[in-house]
Amino acid sequence: MVKEIERAGLPVVHVCTIVPISLTVGANRIVPAVAIPYPLGDPNRTPEEEKEIRRNLVEKALKALQTEVTEQTVFTD
Amino acid sequence: MKLELHRVKIHKLAWGKETSARDGLLTVNKEELLTMLRKDERLAKVDLDFASPGESVRILPVKDVVEPRYKMEGPGGVFPGMVSDVETVGEGKTLVLSGAAVVTTGKIVRFQEGIIDMKGPGAEYTPFSRTCNIVVILENTEDLDKHDYETACRMAGLKTAAYLARKCLGAAVDSVETYETPNLKDAMAAHEGLPKVAYLYMLQSQGLLHDTYLYGVDVKKILPTLLNPTEVMDGAIVSGNCVSACDKNNTYSHQNNPIIHQMFKRHGKDFNFLGCIVTNENVTLADKKRCSSYSINLAKTLGVDGLLISEEGFGNPDADLIMNCWKAERAGIKTTLLTDEYAGQDGASQSLADSTPEGDACVTAGNANEVVVLPPMDKVIGVPEEANVIAGGWQGSLAEDGTITVELQAILGATSELGFTKLGCYTI
Amino acid sequence: MTYRIIHYINQFYAGIGGEEKADITPEIREGVVGPGMALQAALRDEAEIVATVICGDSYFASNLEKASEEIIEMMKKYSPDAVVAGPAFNAGRYGTASGGICEAVSKQLGIPVVSAMYPENPGVDLYKRSCYIVETTDSAAGMRKAIPAMAALVLKLLKGEPVGSPSEEGYIERGIRKNKFYEKLAAERAVDMFTAKLHGRPFVTEYPMPVFDRVEPNPPVTDMKNAVIGLVTSGGICPGGNPDHIEASSASKFGEYDITGIKDLVCTEYCTAHGGYDATYADQDPDRVLPVDVLRDMEKEGVFKKLHNKFYSTVGNGTSVASSKRFGAEIARRMISDGVTAVILTST
Repeated sequence: MVKEIERAGLPVVHVCTIVPISLTVGANRIVPAVAIPYPLGDPNRTPEEEKEIRRNLVEKALKALQTEVTEQTVFTD
Repeated sequence: MKLELHRVKIHKLAWGKETSARDGLLTVNKEELLTMLRKDERLAKVDLDFASPGESVRILPVKDVVEPRYKMEGPGGVFPGMVSDVETVGEGKTLVLSGAAVVTTGKIVRFQEGIIDMKGPGAEYTPFSRTCNIVVILENTEDLDKHDYETACRMAGLKTAAYLARKCLGAAVDSVETYETPNLKDAMAAHEGLPKVAYLYMLQSQGLLHDTYLYGVDVKKILPTLLNPTEVMDGAIVSGNCVSACDKNNTYSHQNNPIIHQMFKRHGKDFNFLGCIVTNENVTLADKKRCSSYSINLAKTLGVDGLLISEEGFGNPDADLIMNCWKAERAGIKTTLLTDEYAGQDGASQSLADSTPEGDACVTAGNANEVVVLPPMDKVIGVPEEANVIAGGWQGSLAEDGTITVELQAILGATSELGFTKLGCYTI
Repeated sequence: MTYRIIHYINQFYAGIGGEEKADITPEIREGVVGPGMALQAALRDEAEIVATVICGDSYFASNLEKASEEIIEMMKKYSPDAVVAGPAFNAGRYGTASGGICEAVSKQLGIPVVSAMYPENPGVDLYKRSCYIVETTDSAAGMRKAIPAMAALVLKLLKGEPVGSPSEEGYIERGIRKNKFYEKLAAERAVDMFTAKLHGRPFVTEYPMPVFDRVEPNPPVTDMKNAVIGLVTSGGICPGGNPDHIEASSASKFGEYDITGIKDLVCTEYCTAHGGYDATYADQDPDRVLPVDVLRDMEKEGVFKKLHNKFYSTVGNGTSVASSKRFGAEIARRMISDGVTAVILTST
């Protein structure tokens, strides 16, 4: 799906846990997520902390969307 | 470690006053077994039924299949950490009711249970159309947490399997097989000139309802470790899985793991089989990296020349499989992979979610997306409407006349990644 | 019984003419024409070529849909059991037309179709997934070899006999995976292959590792303050009760859900349809998969202009690449027409 959205001309960021699959399949902007059952959360934390984690990931995603890339890039920080 | 499997062949089931095995007939005392199972307060209702090969019977949704086994001799008991203490198993003598299987059914988790047809086209795909099945029908108490219900169902299957074999201790044995793995010191010195190999045994560990247990330990919490093949035969590995039925490794397939049996066959002739490395398939990338590195490091430490790797499930576990593969190959260890495929209903898509050029030796147990039509059966044990929601089914899978149209995914063990069936794939 | 076959050829093989006649409209003649004679001989008395369709290559190429429609109408009158097209060798437009008519016949009439081409004929890449294409040489010199292979294949398909591998049957690999029962258990095959590889003996993998294509990255968003962010997920988030019945695995569809005025995905309103992971956490708080809550906060803060009022969701579990491609393209089309300028896609 990521590639087709990219192909259609929309910049797209893939927020996903299993980065190697995303790299193999061919996403260009990748933000690593927390875990498969809760990519943007963590049930072991308080709701406030969880939202903070989510906020950070979304900010990272928006930053990735604003970054010029020429090849597959994983945004780790 | 030396284990003898004492097989009592079963080809017929009957209810009776005393649970026992004689001349291929397994008699089951229904009341006694039910009384034992009903002690579990998490279960609102328990019932029993039989389904034998060739009967026009469909069982769905099936959670697990377990082979009745019980220790005749030797340390520990079957299913350690589950129905027996956590003592090490894999030595001594174990009684096996060969040809019998305990099948658990009930509406358990939302999607992930399977179908067993005892007759017709569906029967050709599942190994459990050829076993005499003692079906345990379970219903939970209201408001019971799904994870607790899974535990209750898992335990009911294991307890039934242990009970049946225990009651048959003393029955006339039809055959005895002996399996032996020496300690590493002796194993390393043996079979000079033959390549040393191990089996990398991947176990699903995706979450509370997609889990496998090793000596009662949830394997998502383990680091990869060594395991003797005979421990597996005594039920050291137990399935707690509620994933796609075709390629979840049910407990029966673990107990009878055909890869282990094939490795034993070639041991001492084509290679020197040192044993198993068990590893998991966790949900975070860090775990996947850690456990693949750890497994391959164990293989390197053993000094093996080759690793046969089997996957469980599909999708993100493909990433674990691929990491295990290239990490081994780049360490100079030759690999062969056993997986299955999700190539779409038309077979035209890529079959795996991940890929590596090092995966040049790959056996597959078939395309799980291929669609099959299962004609109606005279009798259905369980809840037929589940066909519309199980993985591999869709709204409308169950027709009014009882015909079920589903992907192979929904058939229990159809694309077993332990290689329990003859199904495979080729490119046209 | 004798099967009824219709043969499709171009103007050149019908003896009408070359390039100057390439725009003739389709016609149908009873019985065999041109290479049909050899084909009939190869079919012996098992099948009969009841009619031959002749069409100009240029006409077909420039009127793809119209030409297919006209030809299928003509064919219906002869109630064929199968259609054979070509061989087209290395003639590009003839190959494209042969493949095109085979695909249309297969889809609309649901009967077996066979063509034959040189592997580099552009018709091969376009249509090998839709039909069997027997491999030929690049010129009509290969006719003698192509015809028997085409006849054998179409007869097999008509009789419902299992079709062997590309090398056994002589057709070009279609890239389609098909199940079959082998002689041995998969475990035994794996240990056989393992042994061969260990000892440096030849072996054939049952599944050559897939190769995925690449797409050039798009330029970044330069004006985030005016961006409209679209949300897509393969994690199966949907309104409670899964109103579109998105499948737990091997999804055949995606859902489009309006979130106008929704600030937070709460467990009483949303859940996941995904069957491949432990759904407990996503069901407790769907924002863990689809971060609507924080995106709403950021929208309010003016980080970007707007969160698109619809999100798109499907289940990635066991869903084929082809379906995902179809969903992706359609979702992108809808988002672009709604003015979305950047996309966040979350996966579980």
